[in-house]
Amino acid sequence: MGDPILTTVDWARAQFALTAMYHWIFVPLTLGLSFLIAFFESIYVKTGNEEWKKLTKFWMTLFGINFAIGVATGIILEFQFGTNWSNYSWMVGDIFGAPLAIEGIFAFFLEATFFAVMFFGWHRVSKGFHLFSTWMVAVGSNLSAVWILVANGWMQFPTGMEFNPDTARFEMHNFWEVALSPVAVHKFTHTTSSAFLLASLFVVGISALFLLQERHQKMAKRSMIVAAVFGFLASVFVGFTGDEAAYNVAQRQPMKLAAMEGLYVGQEKAPVVAMGVINAGKKPGDDQPAFYQEIKVPGLLSLLANRDPNSFVPGINDLVFGNAERNIIGAEQRMITGRVALAELAHYKDAKAKGDEEEAAAALSIFNQHKEDLGYGYLNNPAEAAPPVATTFYSFHIMVALGTMFPMIFLLVLYFAFKGTLEYQRWLNLLCFFSIFLGYVAQEAGWVVAEVGRQPWAIQGLLPVGVASTNIAAGNVQTTFFMFLTLFTALLLAEIRIMVKQIKIGPEE
Amino acid sequence: MIGNLDHSTLQQLWWLIASVVGSLFLFLTFVQGGQTLIFTLAGSEEEKSLIINAMGRKWELTFTTLVLFGGALFAAFPLFYATSFGGAYWVWMLILFTFIIQAVSYEYRKKPDNVFGARTYEIFMCINGSVGILLIGAAVGTFFTGSRFSLNLYNSVTWHTPYHGLEAALNPFNLAFGLFLVFLARILGAMYIVNHVDHENLVKRARKATWINLLWALPFLLTILIGLVTMDGFAVDPATGKVFMEKGKYLHNLLGMPAVLILLLGGLGSVIYGVAATGFLDKDNGIWFGGIGTVLVGLAIFSLAGYHNTAFYPSLTDLQSSLTIHNASSSKYTLTAMSYVALAVPFVLAYVAYVWKLMDAKKLTLAELNGEDAKEMY
Ligand code: HDD
Ligand code: HEM
Ligand code: HEM
Repeated sequence: MGDPILTTVDWARAQFALTAMYHWIFVPLTLGLSFLIAFFESIYVKTGNEEWKKLTKFWMTLFGINFAIGVATGIILEFQFGTNWSNYSWMVGDIFGAPLAIEGIFAFFLEATFFAVMFFGWHRVSKGFHLFSTWMVAVGSNLSAVWILVANGWMQFPTGMEFNPDTARFEMHNFWEVALSPVAVHKFTHTTSSAFLLASLFVVGISALFLLQERHQKMAKRSMIVAAVFGFLASVFVGFTGDEAAYNVAQRQPMKLAAMEGLYVGQEKAPVVAMGVINAGKKPGDDQPAFYQEIKVPGLLSLLANRDPNSFVPGINDLVFGNAERNIIGAEQRMITGRVALAELAHYKDAKAKGDEEEAAAALSIFNQHKEDLGYGYLNNPAEAAPPVATTFYSFHIMVALGTMFPMIFLLVLYFAFKGTLEYQRWLNLLCFFSIFLGYVAQEAGWVVAEVGRQPWAIQGLLPVGVASTNIAAGNVQTTFFMFLTLFTALLLAEIRIMVKQIKIGPEE
Repeated sequence: MIGNLDHSTLQQLWWLIASVVGSLFLFLTFVQGGQTLIFTLAGSEEEKSLIINAMGRKWELTFTTLVLFGGALFAAFPLFYATSFGGAYWVWMLILFTFIIQAVSYEYRKKPDNVFGARTYEIFMCINGSVGILLIGAAVGTFFTGSRFSLNLYNSVTWHTPYHGLEAALNPFNLAFGLFLVFLARILGAMYIVNHVDHENLVKRARKATWINLLWALPFLLTILIGLVTMDGFAVDPATGKVFMEKGKYLHNLLGMPAVLILLLGGLGSVIYGVAATGFLDKDNGIWFGGIGTVLVGLAIFSLAGYHNTAFYPSLTDLQSSLTIHNASSSKYTLTAMSYVALAVPFVLAYVAYVWKLMDAKKLTLAELNGEDAKEMY
């Protein structure tokens, strides 16, 4: 299997992917369950019915178990930008650090402060203040999603900044452009709604398990109805925002879109591959088939990408090698421009160091004409500009397929709940329980699309991952990779056992 | 108003903000101190649970302050963030590990089927409180003793020891710094127990623990103070930005910034008064004197390192690679934007204080631990 020696940047990527994917196991449940708990407690406070309080407390216990490990996996992500991506941190710290700091000030403190009230305040504060605290935890956790997704959105679509040749880094010049970029907005809406969806699946699924076991039926049905309504609304919204996400990808990261659909040769009336077996051995520019087997819906991709079923959607080959007819400059051409930019930047720095202002000004002027393609100057061959196609393709299709199924599950639950026969639908309850896992699969798949699909860029078009990493021997990062793998896996196992036990114990009745 | 500040003022302002957050963190390490006390102070399982539950209501706050400290440094001094975290890799990684294992320990310790057993999670807490704080102290010590790194033309860091920061813990000054913070955290932890727990025997032992830990802290404190006033320091020529060694630099800083000297002495006095009040005068509010004192001492330390034309992250390998608050900072635009954001900090402090007051209005008792909500207790 190719070159077995992984470099620092490979280990850093592996470690980032590992820790981020672990973090993402816990975060969506926190984001959604916090709201569901707030709903449950609101009903309790409104009705004064102690049964709703017991129900609230049950879900709150599960929330706490999940929350703790979410926090544990989060701290490492933040500091990892410094430890493993230190060149990145310096080059874009100006823009990227700000959202992280804002997240700390606005979101994490809200969570941390009111979390303690939510768990230990039942007898220390008034009922009203307790409810308020529960809502604040929900708001706080979802605020933490805002800023980190602004940061991530900026990496996918860098805007509101300028390259400063003197410091050789990117500097922010418009905060609002960064904070309100369309990519940041769809990231936030799609991600939080998908988190609400996952948490609803969780509540519906565990409640379905109780129905299957004929335990806690009343409480289970109550939870299920609230969660199914929330989940249904969320899943419809997930579809809308997912479409918005795909549109934005098409407009700003056409290479990612091409990989998502395995589209090598651009075309008009481009089809969506509804199902397919992709040829993983295919390389940009060769004449192997892209798929071994596929079912296509013609025109749908053009519609998705440009809101016009007849429009042209560029393929991987167009983006790598260029397509003069369609006015597409390929990576091949951009690499040449990018190298000029890099050379002139070095030239500029040299001249500055020597004190030759005239030469420096000349170099700077050439640099400015070429700087748009700066990042491409670091690539070694144009095919590097394409992400791993098979991974991106399958992840995207798994996410979308599941995204189409989930709303139907919630509808079925609501239908049978309305008919009053929910507890007799064994197959549906089994499906609900199993869907918890599918929800997690869809979540992780979504991030794989977003993150693997943007390779090789840490920052789209400007900074490839290879340049972003820390200058440190690979062995160090390899060691910490395995340390995290061991520690997080051990903690995850503990978390799951504790959860399972708490579910077995069930709510007080 | 903020829009009119010049870059250099903003840099000083942000060093101050980072110092305040860092100093608040030092105060909040009473949680870590409390975690190390569970083995030495608690006479029974119940007393252990009392300590853990007292700390358990505040651990998130400490943790979040650390996270914010990191975020603020990233945003305001990205070159420091990149250089120190990327270079002193292992110190930071180990520190992070101790905080990861802490974060799950409260929630999982008492829960049935927790796989590793309560004892493991207690040991995790203890490691966080000892090793974690010690290494943080050692890392802060390098603000004065320097590290072996260099930066190239593009500011990419190369570290010149294979230990990637762990060597810091071998320097006696840094080690003293770390150990001092560990004992300080224990003092504060004991004071918090006295303030928050209602249990005669435990509180009695906690009172005693404050002054015993102060005695332990003293030699390390003296090492730090004597070190600071006698050591050579890393000075910057404000006109050229060149870094050079200056004899007695930190003594000069103290004398040149009398306010800092007052902060330092006032802070130490306040901590000592807190200990005396708790240990000998039977008062319960010592934590506030200890806490405020710690914040003042922290501010003094950070000021000594960063202000008065000093390089706060000095390089021993290449003096000119040393970081100052001016060459390591973000652009003027970012610092300005962030300053607007920082206007929210007082509101955050206000609601944190309000909730703290509500939650601490009643002392924690065994009755509450074993009461109606027993299942939810840590
Ligand atoms: C329960 C989870 C879930 C479900 C059912 C869906 N998504 Fe999703 N999707 C996510 C969870 C997710 C996510 C984890 O939240 C991602 C990762 C990054 C992001 O912004 O959201 C994501 C990313 C993501 C991206 C990449 C965005 C980018 O790279 O910037 C696209 C194009 C879509 N989604 C589109 C869809 C469509 C058309 C769906 C059909 C209904 C869909 N998603 C369902
Ligand atoms: C690389 C990216 C990320 C970094 C650096 C990061 C950082 C952190 C940190 C430091 C914490 C602990 C906070 C505390 O002190 O309480 C945390 C927790 C959390 N993060 Fe992340 N995070 C990342 C990705 C995300 C994403 C994408 C989201 C949401 C969309 C998110 C949402 C949360 C939430 C809700 C918590 C609360 C704890 C929990 O998971 O239950 N994080 N994160
Ligand atoms: C928590 C949800 C997230 C998940 C599950 C996730 C997933 C991944 C994956 C799978 C990779 C590996 C890609 C590869 O190397 O092929 C990756 C890389 C990376 N992601 Fe994310 N990501 C998440 C959130 C974020 C956020 C919010 C940010 C930034 C704010 C971010 C920044 C990065 C960086 C810097 C890398 C390493 C460089 C790279 O390989 O591109 N990620 N992530």
